[in-house]
Amino acid sequence: MVSMVSPGTPQKVVTARDMGIVACRLCTKAWPMGTEVCGRCGHAIQSRDPMSLQRVWAYWLVGLICYIPANTYPMLRTETLFQSDESTIIAGAVEIAHYGNYGIAAIILFASVVIPLSKFWAVAYLAVSVKNPMRVSNHRRQLLYEIVEYIGRWSMIDIFVVAILSALVQLKTLASINPGPASIFFALSVIFTMLSAQSFDSRMIWDAQAKKEDASQDD
Amino acid sequence: MNVLAATPDAKALLDDMIVCPQCDAAYRMHKPQKGEVATCQRCHKVLIAPRRNAGLYIIAVALAVLFLIMGAAVFPFLTIDAAGNKNAVSILDAALAFSGGPMIFLSLATAALIIFVPLLRVLLILYVLIPVVLDKPAARYAIPAFRLSEDLRPWSMAEIFAIGCAVALVKVADLAQVGFGPAFWMFGILVVLVIAQDSFMCKWSVWYRLEHPKKS
Repeated sequence: MVSMVSPGTPQKVVTARDMGIVACRLCTKAWPMGTEVCGRCGHAIQSRDPMSLQRVWAYWLVGLICYIPANTYPMLRTETLFQSDESTIIAGAVEIAHYGNYGIAAIILFASVVIPLSKFWAVAYLAVSVKNPMRVSNHRRQLLYEIVEYIGRWSMIDIFVVAILSALVQLKTLASINPGPASIFFALSVIFTMLSAQSFDSRMIWDAQAKKEDASQDD
Repeated sequence: MNVLAATPDAKALLDDMIVCPQCDAAYRMHKPQKGEVATCQRCHKVLIAPRRNAGLYIIAVALAVLFLIMGAAVFPFLTIDAAGNKNAVSILDAALAFSGGPMIFLSLATAALIIFVPLLRVLLILYVLIPVVLDKPAARYAIPAFRLSEDLRPWSMAEIFAIGCAVALVKVADLAQVGFGPAFWMFGILVVLVIAQDSFMCKWSVWYRLEHPKKS
């Protein structure tokens, strides 16, 4: 491991904003403050994005709104010889638990209910925490952000399962599975939560700490 | 304190800097050796991680991924058999399972996420890296191409689809006999290769090489 050499004293990290430079978040190149487009990779650059939180909340809200019909409408429509059956995400998991597959039921509930709800909570918490001082350390919050960004894509797995099942289980009269309207809302909810997490400017997590340190030095 | 912009050697000074994209900490560049990793002191994000012959490996893997995606998309993927009723589906069939009304958008999105975005990323990476590895001047539009490839990274979901298959198999296992087609194994290899490719790629090194192309 090689650590980068800080231009200031090794104890205190100097941010690009403090030095009057603005950095490209895509290719890490530094430019004079006020530069709007990175000369190396052409990415739009801003020292801090003032609209970041607004976009986070807007996407977050749309994602949350989409998550409601994703749970109330049926996700799968199963037709077998004698009956046709529509089940929502939660009802489907409960039904699987009734058959004795507790492990699978737990995985489904975890992936489709616990993870999405925690994601909404985590993004909201991060967005609130950059405005209001929080006790949780920046490293923890950074970790939380990385987890949200990493996990976010994996929620799409539900949609892929529905797609595979609907394509595969088309056995004429014997059994067929078709996607229900919840699938489209669930997909939208995942996409908007991903956009919400991507809009979050993680540099703000660290700005709050810098402010706190300055304040304690003034005391 | 915008002193940097005015001084004549400002550009050299800025060229010598690297800024953590995650926490905005600024550092004087200290280029690591091959195999070493440079991380941000504050948030521990990996900034530079060059590897020996990484470009060659990435190109080899990308070519393999290219053929696997095309194969996996058209060959039968899973087969199902219950009381004489048989059905075989390809990945394209699975992606296009949402049909009728607004569901068609979901079909298009699924097809994009599992086939077209990974395919486009592979093509872009090949386009950008082949001239770089051959020590030729960078390809035209290499910079926007690589930027697009990076922007698409979170939307490339082949590996998630693979795990989705496992879940779907568990769900129908007691309903019917499920068999694997050739595409299933292609897709399995593909997932491993896609993950390997992403871990080999040092983005900073690519940007650096695109900025300082070798004159041949």
